[in-house]
This record gives sequence, C-alpha cells and structure tokens, in this order.
Amino acid sequence: MAARAGGRHHERADDAVTRPENGARPESGTPLLEVSGLVVHHGQLRALDGITLRVFPGEVYAIIGANGAGKSTLLRTIAGLHHPTKGSVRLDGQDVTRLRPERRARQGVVLVPEGRRLFGSLSVEENLQVGDSYARPGPWTIERVYQTFDWMRERRSQLTAQLSGGEQQTVAIGRALVANPRVLLLDELSLGLAPVVVQRIYGMLPQILATGLTVLLVEQDVSQALRVASHIHCLLEGRTTLESRPADVTAAQVEAAYFGLADAAPASRPGGESEP
Amino acid sequence: MAWVNAIIQGVLTGGLYALFACGLSLMFGVMKVVNLAHGDLAVVAGYIAIGVITVTHVPVLWSFLIVVPVMALLGYVLQRTVIQSALDRSVLITLLVTFGLSVVIENGLLQFFTANSRAIGTGLPLVTGSFTLGSQIQIGYLLVVVFAVAVVVLLGLQYFLSASRYGRLIRAVADDREAAQLAGADYRHVFGIAAALAFGTVALAGIAYGMYSQLQPTTGTDTILLFAFAAVVIGGLGSLWGTLLGGVVLGVAQQIGAQINISDEVLAGYIVFLAVLVLRPQGLIYRRTQS
Amino acid sequence: MSMVTEAGTRPAAGFRVTRSQRNVAWTGIAALIVVAVLAMFPYIVYSGTTTIIVQAFIVLTMASMWNLLAGYAGLVSVGQQAFVGLGAYFVLILAIHGTSPFAALPVAAIGCGVVALPLWWLVSRLRSGYFAIATWVLAATIMLIIEKFSSIGGGTGMPLPGLSGLSPALLTAYTYWAGLAVTVLALAAMYLLLRGRLGLVLTAIRDDEVAARSSGARVGLARLLVFVVAGAGCGAAGALLAISQLQVQPGAVFSVQWTAEMAFVTNIGGLGTIEGPIIGTAVYMVLQQTLASYNAWYLIILGLVAIVVALFARRGLWGLVDARLNVRLFPVGYWIRFAGEGRRGGAVSSPSRRLTRQPQQTTCIRVRERWGFRGLGPPG
Repeated sequence: MAARAGGRHHERADDAVTRPENGARPESGTPLLEVSGLVVHHGQLRALDGITLRVFPGEVYAIIGANGAGKSTLLRTIAGLHHPTKGSVRLDGQDVTRLRPERRARQGVVLVPEGRRLFGSLSVEENLQVGDSYARPGPWTIERVYQTFDWMRERRSQLTAQLSGGEQQTVAIGRALVANPRVLLLDELSLGLAPVVVQRIYGMLPQILATGLTVLLVEQDVSQALRVASHIHCLLEGRTTLESRPADVTAAQVEAAYFGLADAAPASRPGGESEP
Repeated sequence: MAWVNAIIQGVLTGGLYALFACGLSLMFGVMKVVNLAHGDLAVVAGYIAIGVITVTHVPVLWSFLIVVPVMALLGYVLQRTVIQSALDRSVLITLLVTFGLSVVIENGLLQFFTANSRAIGTGLPLVTGSFTLGSQIQIGYLLVVVFAVAVVVLLGLQYFLSASRYGRLIRAVADDREAAQLAGADYRHVFGIAAALAFGTVALAGIAYGMYSQLQPTTGTDTILLFAFAAVVIGGLGSLWGTLLGGVVLGVAQQIGAQINISDEVLAGYIVFLAVLVLRPQGLIYRRTQS
Repeated sequence: MSMVTEAGTRPAAGFRVTRSQRNVAWTGIAALIVVAVLAMFPYIVYSGTTTIIVQAFIVLTMASMWNLLAGYAGLVSVGQQAFVGLGAYFVLILAIHGTSPFAALPVAAIGCGVVALPLWWLVSRLRSGYFAIATWVLAATIMLIIEKFSSIGGGTGMPLPGLSGLSPALLTAYTYWAGLAVTVLALAAMYLLLRGRLGLVLTAIRDDEVAARSSGARVGLARLLVFVVAGAGCGAAGALLAISQLQVQPGAVFSVQWTAEMAFVTNIGGLGTIEGPIIGTAVYMVLQQTLASYNAWYLIILGLVAIVVALFARRGLWGLVDARLNVRLFPVGYWIRFAGEGRRGGAVSSPSRRLTRQPQQTTCIRVRERWGFRGLGPPG
C-alpha cells in the first residue's frame, strides 16, 4: 500500500483484500477511457459542468457524490444515453462521443444501469442470451457466468421479475459480462440491497478484474467505494471536487469534497485533476 | 341447431380475426404504436394479390408467396422511415401519421380501383364447399382452413418470439428499450423486424379474407381494424393466444347477435368490446410481467 | 442558448409578467370588421359562394374543436364523428316534431355536450392509442344504434323537414348566418377558454402531466371540460351540416371522414394554436375547390400533406409563419418584461413554442404565476 499523507481511518481491517493492487498509473500511454470537459444538460439544468477523468486498464475507478451530484448522468453519458453539450468521450483513443449507445456497447463500453433494468418478462438465461447477442470475443460466456455464480444455473429458467434484488443485480452484471466489455460501468450497485448482499457482490470484483476488464463505478456508499476503488472521483452539483487514490486522502477530505465544505481537498478545481 | 352452427361459425371466424389482430398486437406491444392503417394494409395486400394473379396468372396460392414477403419488406421500410420518425416526435404524431396513412390508402384505392368490391376467385371447391356434421351443422371448408392457418401462424410466431434470437430481442426491446440498447441492440432495427412480421401476417390475413369474402377500399376500417383491435383488447395485450381467444369471443358474440337480430351482428361485437374496455381493459389473459 | 436561460442569470427582481401584446387590440377590431364583412356576404355574393363558405364554416368549427382536444388537451379522438352525427340527428328529431331546424341548432349543440358526459366516463381512463380506438368504436356503435330507428330514417336516412317554407335565397342566407354564428362562437369560446385558467392548466398538462397534477391542477376536470366543449362544437357543426344538406344520412354524418378532415386541417394549419385551424381550413377549401372534380384526390393530398407536415413542420403552417413574424393573432400567452428592456428579455408566449427546447421551464413560470405561488424566482 502506498504511504499515507495523514492519518487515515480504516473502516475494516481486511479491506485491503478487495482493493486492486495496482494503484499507480503509467506516466504515458492512452487511458482506456477518457472524458474531457464534459458538459451535460438536462433541459435547462446543467447536470455536469466540465468533467474530466481518465481510466486506465485494470483500474477500479469509483465516482462518489451526494444525490443529484451528476454521477449517474456521467455514467449514462459515457454509455451514450445522453448527449453532452460540450466535451468528448474517448475509448482507447478513439472519439466515441457521437456514437449511439448500442454501438458503444458493441465497442466494449457496457453499462449496468441503475435499478438493474433486467428484462422482466424474460428468464435469467434469456437475459444473458440478450447480453450475448452482440458480444465481443473474449473469456466471458454464459457458461462462465454460471460457473462464477452457481446459483444461476438452477434458476436459469425463472423469470427475472421473480428474483430478489441481489440476485437481479448479479444477473444484470452477468448480462453485461457476457458481452465481454472492455470497460464495465456499474451504476449504484448497492441501491436497495442489504449490506451483506452488497459486500458479496463487490467481493466478486477481483474475479471480474482478473479477466482483463476495467471497472468504472458509481457508488452512493462512500466507504464501500473507498474499499474497492483504485481511484476515486468526487462530484458535487456537477463539478469535480476531488480526484485521488483512496490511500492519498483523509476521510475528512473526502467528506469535505462530498458535501462541498470550505476546507475541501487540495487542488480540486472544476474539470481538473487534483494532486494529493 | 342454428345456435350451434352460429357458435361454430363464430369460433372459426375468430381465427381470422386473430390472424388480423396478431400484427396489431405485435406493433402495439413492442413499440407502442397503434397502427390505424393496419386494416387497410390487409386490403392493400388483397388488391396486390388480385393484381398479381390477373397479370401473371399464377395459381392463387402462389400469390401468398409473392405478396406476403413484399408486404413484410414494405413493413420494415415504412417502420424505419415514416413510423420511426413519428415515434421520435410523439404519440400524438404517430396516431396522426398512421391515421393519415389509412385515409390516403383508402382513398387511393377508391380512386384507382373504384368502390366496387373484389374477391379473390380461387376456382377451387375449397372455397365454396362445406362439410356437414351430423345432419344440420354445416361448416365451410375455407373457414376451417383459415382457422387452421391462423393457429399455425400463431404457433410459428410464438415459437419465433420465444426461441429465436430476434424473437428474444423483440421481447427485450418491448420490456425495456434502453436496457436493450445497452446490450448492443439497435432498437430501430428490432422495431423494423416486428413491423415486418406485423405487415406480413396482416397481408396473409387480407388475402385469406379476400378469398372468403369481398374486399372494398373501405373494408380496412369498416371491418378489419376495429375487429382486430377488439380481439387484442378482449384477449389481452401481450399474449398471442389471448388474441386468439379474443378473436373467438368476438366472433361468437357477433354470431349470437346475428341470431338475435340479423342486423345486429357487428353491433353485438362492439358492445362486447366496449364492455371489456370499461370493465376489464387489460383483457381476459393478463400478463403482469411487462415492465 | 434559450432566452430564458439568459434571463435566469439575472437577479430575481426587475421583471414583470404581462398579458398580451399591444396588437391584440388591433386584432380584436380587425376581427370585428371581418365578421361584419362576412355577415354582409349574402347580400353581396352569389349563393353558390355562400354555400361553399358554409362548408368552410363547418370544417373550421370541427377543426377548432379537434384542436382543443388534441392540441391542448392531448386527447386524440378518432370518434368525433359521433357528435357530428348526433348533432345532425338532434336537429332531425326536433324538426320532425315541429321545431325549426335553426332553433334546434343550439339545442343540438347543448344536447351533444350532455351526451359527451357519459361517453367521457366510458373512455376517460384510457390512454392515447386505446382512447383513439375506443372513441372510434363508440362512434360506430352510436351509428349502428341510430340506424335501428326507422322513424328517423333507419339505415338510409331521410330529408330534413321544416325548411320547405323558406325561399331558396332566404334559406341560403339563414344557413350562412347560422354558420357564421357557430364559427364565431366556436372560435370565441376556444379563445376565451384558453386565455383563462383552463388554458394554463391544459398547457401545463400538455407539457408535463405529473408536474401539473402536483401543482394542483385538476387534470381530469380540465380534460372533461374540453371533451364536453368539443362534443358540443362538433354537434353544432353536425346540426349545420344537416341544415345545409337538407337531409340526414347516417353513413354521411357519422363518417370517419369528418374526423380525418378535422385532424388533417388542424395539423396542417398548426396543432395547438388557435390560428392554425383557420389556416388549415383555407388550405382545405382551396384543395377541395381545385380538385372538386377528382373525387377522392383532395383527401389523398390532404392526408399526404398532413403526414409531411406532422413529421417535418410540427407546428404546421402557422408555426412557420409565427416563427418568422413573432405574431399572435389570438394571444393566450404571457410575456416576461425585464426592467429597462422592453420585450427583449424573454418571449414566454407559449410553452413549446419559441423555447422549443425547454417547455417545462416555461410552463413552470406560467403555472406558478397563475396560482399565486410566492417567490417567483429566476428560471433554472
């Protein structure tokens, strides 16, 4: 673990297990996903105001912030469901800002949307099959998903509307994995789920990462995000208030960035990257 | 005995109605489009079939093989262009556009083919013949064949929707269009496929109707559209077998009405339709799994 | 960016919300002059012309009603022909029992408004597509029921009694004036309704129903009112139809073609504007006169033009004019005037118009102002 600037409060003793090992970024090289100066409007409301971020291969990049900060909007814009007013989204150097969402999905940017959004009248297996319809080549298949989440195999003919929240979330992730994405976008996994279930789901992240994916996630629960992320990015009312590695910030700084308090994290300016 | 005859007649007619209705149900269930031109498309298919037969002198049954694929293709194109544009704007615009298409088609047919009714003559004993059950029940061959065809088509459609890749995609897009996009599916293309299926089945139904009865420019709205919609509503949206049930209920209601008073056939059907709309708008077979 | 956004960056103080522009006074005077001139027509022009104008009156009245339904209340009814037919039959029944058809006309209108109530109860819970088909089925059902009564003509119809005592010239003149009266009343009713509270409620519903409901708007009541008024208006048109045709045939008065004409005319002229049906009717009459000998052509062309307009010029012909000239003949909207700036600050004249990208914003201002919310802050 990298040396810490100030005293950092540990939530749990074993959280190091879930966090990916590599916290350092290459000095050069193309980020897998790059968002530059993104400005997104919902009607008149400016939901995102000049967001810039870079995600490198193998990272778990967490976006945190209060309700309405623009986290989901950011993810949805990256996935192609919103058109930015300004700014760009690049996948592995290629500009995908104007691509339709289905094209982006086929290129490897797959979003697991907020609220799961499974196909309720389809069975578990059919949901996975739909995810497989336009899949890229890669290690993930429906069979592999069944191996990873073994309860799914027995219940595969069940309609997803009859599953519990946690099971649905897992199926939704499975549906996204089957497409063999390069970047997996996870929007508010923990929403509406019991903490135990959330822990279990996040506990699978290492397996997912081991197959070569990169994860960009939005998480309401800050401590959860800090546990799993290699980088965190805090939004407040559409602007960046903090961007750092979890190891390099204090809980107080995160709190300040989250709530927009006066003594916010160092060098956090809109649209810029902050340095610890 | 007249009553038994009437009920059998009604049940079998229900098959034809279901054949008309399944396309409407598909388009409404998948893309939320009430295609007010649906009935007129059946009539167009009938007229095209008549034209093809007159010009090329192919056997009547071949007309199906020619006209149905052509109409299906027309459905895909129309959906991707006109109907999608209307959908992108609003529900109101979509209704207006399909209504406009209906009026244009009907008046176009009226202009070019006059108001005379036409039928597709087959010259086969199939059309006019009938068989008798017992001593007093007479059942026309054609109607039985049409019912059988309707069941086969519905089975085929059901199989396609449940087991094929595009069938799954159609159901997925109907459940949650955005989530389907996130899985890589271009919903406009999927809509096109659904429209192609709808146009194809209604063309089939239209040609069958042309053999069984007469076609006029206004048959599309006078007879077909409202009956098709009635079958969908009575049976319940989202279930193809519900559409068959709805068609049968409608057919039987009409025949019962006719038994009471010969001119009340259509009225009886409408009254049942209105009753269902008011009392149980979700229909007889209600699938609650739609999101 | 839209003008309102710019306005939003200004401080809250320093603007006021006003009604109409200066030109409404001129429009009012002009309208009176037009009506007066039109009233003179039977003395000036041939009866052939007045007959054609009566047709225009019928279509204009129906189009205005359909505009109220679809353009403002968002109800796409494909069954307005039910009221057209009922209006005609009200007149017929009353005429059979000795009333003058002209006296029966207002009764027919009111009668149709009353009939609209139970019909609304049947269809009010249905959404768009279902609503459209349900109204169509209702109209077809009503026609079939009426056809059962041979005393009023059964399936073939019958001539309209009670007008044989009048000379042809007088009959034409009375018919014309009745038509003028009906049209003026229909347009005036539409204008006054929309200018008042109902108009605000309707535009709020049109923009965002959930928001409107939570702001306190009585959505159901507003829609009911519109449906009843539209029913009465179409009934009046139907009564006029019976008088002008001197006969009532079920197939003719209950034809879905009336709804087609209403819908196309309104759409071409401009759905959601009061001026729209006027322009649309003009287009319709031109088409009908030039293509009169070609039977079904005018409907084909009308339909095609309506489709093209619906897809490419959403606000219709009037919308195209309005966008350039920034003029409203019948203003029902509001302007925001900023201190020391005349009208430049923002034209909030109607939602979904100038500010085509942010209709919700506009309505929010209007609705809140009307219901006396405090603290009307800057938009955004």
